[in-house]
Amino acid sequence: MHEIMYWEAVRRAHDEELANDDMVIVMGEDVGVVGGTYKATLGLYDKYGQERVIDTPISENGFTGLGIGASFLGVRPIIEIMSVNFAWLAMDQLFNTAAKVRYMSGGQLSAPIVVRAPGGTAHQLGSQHSARMEKVFMGIAGLRVVTPSNPRQAYGLLKSAVRCNDPVFINEHELMYNMKGEVPEKEYFHPLEGSEIAREGRDVTLFGYNISVHWCLEAADLLSRNHGIEAEVIDLFALSPLDREGIRNSVTKTHRAIIVEEAEPAVGVGAEVMAILNEECFFELDAAPVRVSALNVPIPYNHALERAVLPDANDVVEAVRKMFGI
Amino acid sequence: MKIERKKRLLREMLFARRFEERCYEAYVERNIGGFLHLYPGEEACAHGVLEAADFGKDYVITSYRDHIHAIKWGADPREVMAELYAKETGVSKGRGGSMHIFDVKNRFMGGYALVGAPFPLAAGIAKAIQMQGGEEICICFLGDAANNQGTFHESLNMAKLWNLPVLYVCENNHYGIGTRIDRSTAVVDQYKRVSGYGIPSRQEDGQDVELVYKAATRAIRHVRSGKGPYFLELMTYRYRGHSMSDSNAYRARAEERMWSKRDPVIMLRDRLIEEGKMTREDFKNMDTEILDQIENEVIAFAEESPEPHVSGVERYVLAENDPWVRGGVP
Ligand SMILES: Cc1ncc(C[n+]2csc(CCOP(=O)(O)OP(=O)(O)O)c2C)c(N)n1
Ligand SMILES: [Mg+2]
Repeated sequence: MHEIMYWEAVRRAHDEELANDDMVIVMGEDVGVVGGTYKATLGLYDKYGQERVIDTPISENGFTGLGIGASFLGVRPIIEIMSVNFAWLAMDQLFNTAAKVRYMSGGQLSAPIVVRAPGGTAHQLGSQHSARMEKVFMGIAGLRVVTPSNPRQAYGLLKSAVRCNDPVFINEHELMYNMKGEVPEKEYFHPLEGSEIAREGRDVTLFGYNISVHWCLEAADLLSRNHGIEAEVIDLFALSPLDREGIRNSVTKTHRAIIVEEAEPAVGVGAEVMAILNEECFFELDAAPVRVSALNVPIPYNHALERAVLPDANDVVEAVRKMFGI
Repeated sequence: MKIERKKRLLREMLFARRFEERCYEAYVERNIGGFLHLYPGEEACAHGVLEAADFGKDYVITSYRDHIHAIKWGADPREVMAELYAKETGVSKGRGGSMHIFDVKNRFMGGYALVGAPFPLAAGIAKAIQMQGGEEICICFLGDAANNQGTFHESLNMAKLWNLPVLYVCENNHYGIGTRIDRSTAVVDQYKRVSGYGIPSRQEDGQDVELVYKAATRAIRHVRSGKGPYFLELMTYRYRGHSMSDSNAYRARAEERMWSKRDPVIMLRDRLIEEGKMTREDFKNMDTEILDQIENEVIAFAEESPEPHVSGVERYVLAENDPWVRGGVP
């Protein structure tokens, strides 16, 4: 194990997969000469050439569709959408083609593409550069959605996504590219389904994904230190399909659930996990599940307003205290 | 064009005409559901272009008006009809329907319902061909109204930028559903719109299969020789409404009459008769044979085929048993 940054982990996965298979290509805005807005492809243009590390025009729907068409013939495109906000423009090709082509062709064709995008709310980027769109992707049959919370996942999920025969959407986070973490030195493939126990506990389960895993871990420390509550933190790195078994197992142990999401509450990860709790283990619950979400407003520019919209570790602690009546 | 080829094309186009007319009846009989877009009037486009292409090598992709392109590109008409009848024996196993005919073994890469969606898919197929060093090309058929989608412009730009082996064929039937082209499009000559992307283009009579074949031969030679994309606009007309739900009330009868005088099947028939290569009697016999074949082989197969079993409804959503889902653990 050695420590590298999240962006270095993503870059390493690109490098290894490009080296492993000539049919792997990278496409996106400024992924080539520049090396990627968040350095995910730094130096790979020089190493693999402009035919395989491709600077695209600003045509999100067009180049996503082009990647899908190429994947029909065995090419394995890794498509970077510069910011997840711009993925709206590629929705037609992602949802109407990539997610459905296997089905509507009766299994004759598939679109094994990877689409990665930095998402989440960073610092004062304003309403149109701060979208949290995971909820949009995870509701579509035929598409896999994963979201790495640390460098090890960022590396291993991309590696598996490239090899997997389904279209995979990888939701990264703009604030996490400089986060350090341990990544195996040996080649490593992370499963695309399941969940991880990020911290063991017995009193309450905190469900997080991507950046909210870190808010949960921070909250769990505070709860342990200040209130003697031992929270379990479950990392939902796979948002589609969600890990029903992992969700059930943890809540069967703790009997309490709080879901922490960076996005607005409606039709989101929290709502979906609550539905699963209802379906899988309703009678295990000692308290009504709670979600800690962003406010239902577009993201403001002003820093204080921006922070007010987003949840953090303190909000998680408050939610747990309220649940326990302390 | 050689006489044998002309005769075969006549037979194929007549088959296409009768196939689509029979689809119309089957729809009225409620054996076909959903949306149904028919091709009568436009037969010379698909047949002329694909006659000039290399079967078994070149890739073909198109919109929802796709039955005839698939059949010309090798799909078994029985399996196409079975697909329309929503049967397990259909080309897309009854999961696709009229708008989603796929026959990948013959490199027919599908029909897509979102107007303009195949433009970038075709460019991507061409990108893969280029990476793999093949001599194949990709041929993409789309309507005139599709050219007002962003994907048209995005794809032309990328195709030229990367010199991709793709031939875009615009079947200009002058309408997008009920909106005539001059009411939706500032520049009605579609081939002119392409010049801004540095792509060679040409407008051609889409009713005369020999002319289409000639123009396509030239276009395909250009693309196959590594010179990059080409755009071929074919002027044509659809006889029926846009789909079965279209009353077709927006078109002048005089306009329809004018186009019916340039029917691709009749024009070729009359030419063969004039040249003394065929009699009216021969044509009638050919027609009878085709009608029999459609009834006794195509329709019979579709009717007798089983429906998909409901237990299979969740198949084909994701890959089955893909080890990478488990991180490479078999
Ligand atoms: C993105 C999208 N918008 C609208 C439609 C509805 N629609 C289906 S076909 C069509 C007209 C397309 O005309 P054209 O491209 O000329 O093809 P034609 O049907 O004439 O062959 C429209 C508006 C659609 N299927 N997809
Ligand atoms: Mg049209």
